[in-house]
Parts: sequence; C-alpha cells; structure tokens
Amino acid sequence: MPEVTVREMTLGEAVREALAEEMRRDPRVCILGEDVAEAGTPFKVLSGLVQEFGKTRVIDTPISEAGFTGIAVGAAMTGLRPVVDIMFGDFITLTMDQMVNQAAKVHYMSGGAWKVPMVMRATLGAGRRSGAQHSQSLHAWFSHIPGLKVVLPSTPYDAKGLMKTAIRDDNPVIFFEDKMMFTFKGPVPTEEYTIPFGVADIKREGDDITIVATSSMVQVALGAASLLEGIGISAEVIDPRTTWPLDEKTLIESAKKTSRAIVVDEGYERYGVTAEIASVIATGAFYDLDAPVKRIGAMHVPIPFSSPLEDATIPSEHTVFEAARAMCKRS
Amino acid sequence: MTTVTNQSKAHSGLGTEQLLSMYRQMVTIRLFEEQVNELYTRALMPGLAHLYIGEEAVAVGICAALHRDDYITSTHRGHGHCLAKGAAPDRMFAELLGKEAGYCRGKGGSMHIADPTSGNLGANAIVGGSMGIAAGAAFSAKNLGTKRVAVCFFGEGALGQGLLYEVMNLARLWDLPVIYVCENNLYNEYTHFSETTAGDILARPAAFGIPAESVDGQDVRAVYATARRLVDAARSGKGPAFLLCNTYRYRGHHVGDVNREYYRPKQEEQRWMTERDPIKLFGDWLIGQNLANKAQFDEILLQVKSEIEAAVEFGIKAAYPGTDQVEENIYA
Ligand SMILES: Cc1ncc(C[n+]2csc(CCOP(=O)(O)OP(=O)(O)O)c2C)c(N)n1
Repeated sequence: MPEVTVREMTLGEAVREALAEEMRRDPRVCILGEDVAEAGTPFKVLSGLVQEFGKTRVIDTPISEAGFTGIAVGAAMTGLRPVVDIMFGDFITLTMDQMVNQAAKVHYMSGGAWKVPMVMRATLGAGRRSGAQHSQSLHAWFSHIPGLKVVLPSTPYDAKGLMKTAIRDDNPVIFFEDKMMFTFKGPVPTEEYTIPFGVADIKREGDDITIVATSSMVQVALGAASLLEGIGISAEVIDPRTTWPLDEKTLIESAKKTSRAIVVDEGYERYGVTAEIASVIATGAFYDLDAPVKRIGAMHVPIPFSSPLEDATIPSEHTVFEAARAMCKRS
Repeated sequence: MTTVTNQSKAHSGLGTEQLLSMYRQMVTIRLFEEQVNELYTRALMPGLAHLYIGEEAVAVGICAALHRDDYITSTHRGHGHCLAKGAAPDRMFAELLGKEAGYCRGKGGSMHIADPTSGNLGANAIVGGSMGIAAGAAFSAKNLGTKRVAVCFFGEGALGQGLLYEVMNLARLWDLPVIYVCENNLYNEYTHFSETTAGDILARPAAFGIPAESVDGQDVRAVYATARRLVDAARSGKGPAFLLCNTYRYRGHHVGDVNREYYRPKQEEQRWMTERDPIKLFGDWLIGQNLANKAQFDEILLQVKSEIEAAVEFGIKAAYPGTDQVEENIYA
C-alpha cells in the first residue's frame, strides 16, 4: 500500500488542485471565464493556472456570460471539455438559456447522438455584505432541470474529489462553491482520488435527529450538532454532496434510524432544495417519523446589505439548534 | 469591409456534375417540404412544421462550400439545412413523425434534427439559440487544429437576440472559423423585419471588424461563390464572417399559417414565386449554358419524387420508440 500523505489546504486550493491535475491529465480540459487568467478570479481560486497551462487553456473572456457559456456548450460537443467560471452564482441567470435549453437537452433531443461534457463553476452563499445581486444561492434552479447535475461541496476533500468527477463526467455539471468557504481548511490526501456523484456523506453520526445539510450549511449543522450534544441530543449530520443525482437511500435510512429530520440549505426556502429533500424523507421514512420534517432555508427576501438584516435571512447554528431542540422536545 | 455580391459570373469552379447535384438537392428540399405539408394537412404529422420552400438556394449554396465534417447549427426552419448538409430524407421523415428510426430516435422532432455524421450540431427551437454553440464548435476546431469550419444559420428575426453580439465579439477576438449566415426572408413570424430591425444589418458585424457581405439568396451560384470565399478564408485562419442572404419563404411561418394577407400581400408572394424562384433561376441558367436540358430535369424530378415517396413511407411505417425509452439519453 502506498503511504497516504494528508495535507491541510483550503477549499479554494482544493478546487485549484483538482483543476490543475485534470488539466495535466487531459489536454482537452480548458477554462473560460472573466478574469480567470492572470487575475485567477476575484477569489484567487485559479491563481497560477495560466502560468502552467498558458492562455490557450486558461482563457479570459469578455463580460458575456451567455456568450462564453454557449461557446463552452458547442466546444464540449465537438471535442473539448470546458470549465466555465461564473464569478458570482447570481449571474447564472444570464446563462439560463444556454444551460437549460441547450446544454441540458442536447443529449436527449439528439437521441443520445451528441454529448455535452462541460462544467460550470459558480459560487453561492451570503454573508459577505455584498447585497442582493451577489449573495444568492440559486442551485435549486439547476437541480430542477433534467439533464444537468448539481454539485455542492462542503469541505476541501469533497471539493477536490467531486471536481475531478465533474470534469470526467460526460454531462453538463454545475459546481457551486460557497464564497465564504474558499479559505476554509481541511485535510486532503496527496494521492489521486475521486468522489462519485449521488453518494451522500455522513459528516457526523448520531441517533436522535438527522440534519441534512448542503454546502455552506454543513458547518452550520455540525456547529448545531455540538451544541445539541451539550444538552444530550445526538445529531446525525448528512451532506448529500450532489442535489442531482440525489442519494435518497442514505437520507431515508438515517431518518428512519433517528425518526426526526431537519433539512438545511442556503437557497431560498420556498420551493427550494429543502422542499425536495424533505419530501423524499417524508415519503421514504413516513412510518418511522415522530415529527414532520422541518425545513430551514434562506428567508423569502432579497438578501439585504445591512449586516444584522443579512444575518437574519440565513440559517445559523442557533436556528438549527433551536429547531432540533424543539423537535426533540427538550427545553 | 461591406460589399454586395449581386450575381455570380462564372461557374464558380464547379463541374457540371456538382452543379446538377446542387440542382437535385434543391429539388429534394422542395419536394421534402411539400411532403411535410401534405403529411401535416392529412393530420399524419404532429407538432409544428416551418417550411423552407423558397429558400433552398441558401442552404444548398452554403453547404456546397462545406466539407462533410464541417459543422452547422440550424433553426426551427431547418429541414433544408439538414438535408443540404447530408441528412437522409428517410431518417428525417422518421424523426418528424416521432419514430425510433429518426435521427434523434424520435426525441427531437422537426425543430431538433441533429446528426453527428454530417456535422449537424442540431436545429434549435430557441430563436438565436445556437449562436454560441456554433462559435464553440469553431473554438474547438481552432483549438484542436482540425481545420473545420462552423456555419450558424439563423433568420433575420434572431438579429434581435443579444447573444449574437456577445459571440460575434468573441469570434472576432479569438479569430474563430465561424460563419454567421443570416437568412433574411423578410418576416419574423408575422412581422416585417423593417419593423423590428434598426439601422443597417451589415453594419452590426462590421462594427466588430467581421467581414460582412450580402448576397442574392435566390441565386445558388452566387451564394455558393460567396460562401466558398468566406469558408476558405475561415479555414485558412482568417476568422469569422457574416453573410446576409436575401430570400423569401413562400409558405406560412408554419404550415398552419394559411391566411397571411394581414401581414403580407398575395402579389408579393406571387412575384417571388414567379420571378425569383431559386430552382427555376438555376435551371434556366444551366440550360442557357448548355450544361443540362429539360429531359434531365424531368428525370431528376422523377427520381427525387420516388426517393421522397419511399422516404415518407419509411417514416410512416417505422415504429414508435417504446415508452421504456422515455428515460434514456437524459444523461450520457
Ligand atoms: C427565444 C425565442 N423567442 C420567440 C420564439 C418564437 N418564434 C419562433 S420562430 C419566430 C420568428 C423567427 O423569425 P426569423 O428568425 O426571421 O426566422 P424565420 O421564421 O423567418 O425563418 C419566433 C418569434 C422562439 N422560438 N424563441
């Protein structure tokens, strides 16, 4: 057995390492986006890549999200494996036709004749005091569309392994990174690994309540779980890691075991990811549940700028803790 | 930068055999579309059908300048493009009728014919929807050094879509081998293009530094000659081009659009059909040049007729896909 060496790195570094490794492995992989080359994106996630791979593979585009996303769709159909960078997830609105009506449907509409192996990297998450157009978590929109896959990494380890899988996937994959977690550190092995889509990860085992959490909300859920431990409640925290494909089995089994479930996601609560997952659990674990499944998402308001207001709109350790405590009927 | 090519003068370097094959293709598209109309009126064809009748010289002239592995993207009015690029009428009909033997196994239909073997990246039912895809195919052609060229067909109505201006800017910046072929058939659905299009169309690509020309879209030789020049330039690394083809659709926006007088006069339709018919113009020229005679045309007509009849029959007799296939091909 080769020795497994583990380093600490940030989520941003893990994404970059995955991209670099895949670009070394496969010359068809290229990156397109605004300020991706010398600038390495405003979040510096791509720093250094242009130096290694040159400007023909790390390509600065004009501020034309629909244009370069469309180019990526066509390039993916004809032999490249592009990764497009959408700086702020809020800007996916500008790419909607290319992703929803083109990328997602080409394979199906052509009866399997064409494939679209592309990745869209986008960000999500509030908390940066960036206002209503730079703070949203819009991953539910793409999760709604057949033909797309949606990835929500919550740790550097997951980010690296899932990004490598995304690049190797023959379908359009949207990879959402939480802006606030780019500097979040965690262990990442030096050895090559990938993480399959549709496999949830149990981030913490527990018996009394299941907390399903995505992306930015995984750390919130783990924080709440520690608080709950203090009052004698054992919480299990599960991260689906991909909203589509969705590992329904693991979610249902955990809920059956604990008999209570809360779903936490940073997207708008109404009609959101939490609704879908809650429905999966309510249907699959119905006879084992002691309480209705609880959903916690962003409030149904444009994300406000003012700090106290913004903080009020997003689920916190405290809100999750209180919800779990109430469900377990502890005071 | 902006020039107008009115009439092609010479044979454009085409031999008699190629000229006759182009003639035959135009007849094939015409008869194919007449069959579509027939199927539709007999309620045998579901959905929508946008006929290409009247515009045949554009698809045939452009595609004659392309290699089989060059790329095209097409539109809701796409049957002519697909046929001219090399699709077979039988599998086209099968697709139009939703049959498994169709190009998309029945999942695409009239507005979504796609065929990798003839470089057809797909027809698109979003007006302007494939402008980025065509540029993307040109991007990978350039990147992978395949020397392929991509042609993006679109109607003048798609000039209203912002995506065009994003991708023309990108195509020029990156010198992508993509040709934007605007088929101006005068109407965006039921509205004359002059009511929706400000300024000079050719000034738009010209503003990006993209060579822009216009051509008589009823003259297949002129279309071919111009396309040939633009395609060769793109193939040799000179980047994108824009070609405005002035043409006319004889029929309704779609087959159900029968009463059209509220948006265009019957006399206008008559004039185009009698004076500007692309098949007649080309046929007259071929005869005038002693390159063909009436008997040959009759022979071609007969052959194409029976080919189309066989193709329709193939489509009608073909089986529907089993419903077990409904969840196939969502993901690769
Ligand atoms: C984005 C979008 N908007 C509207 C439509 C509805 N629509 C279908 S065809 C058409 C007119 C297109 O005109 P043009 O591009 O000139 O093509 P033509 O039909 O004349 O060939 C419209 C508005 C559509 N399919 N897609």
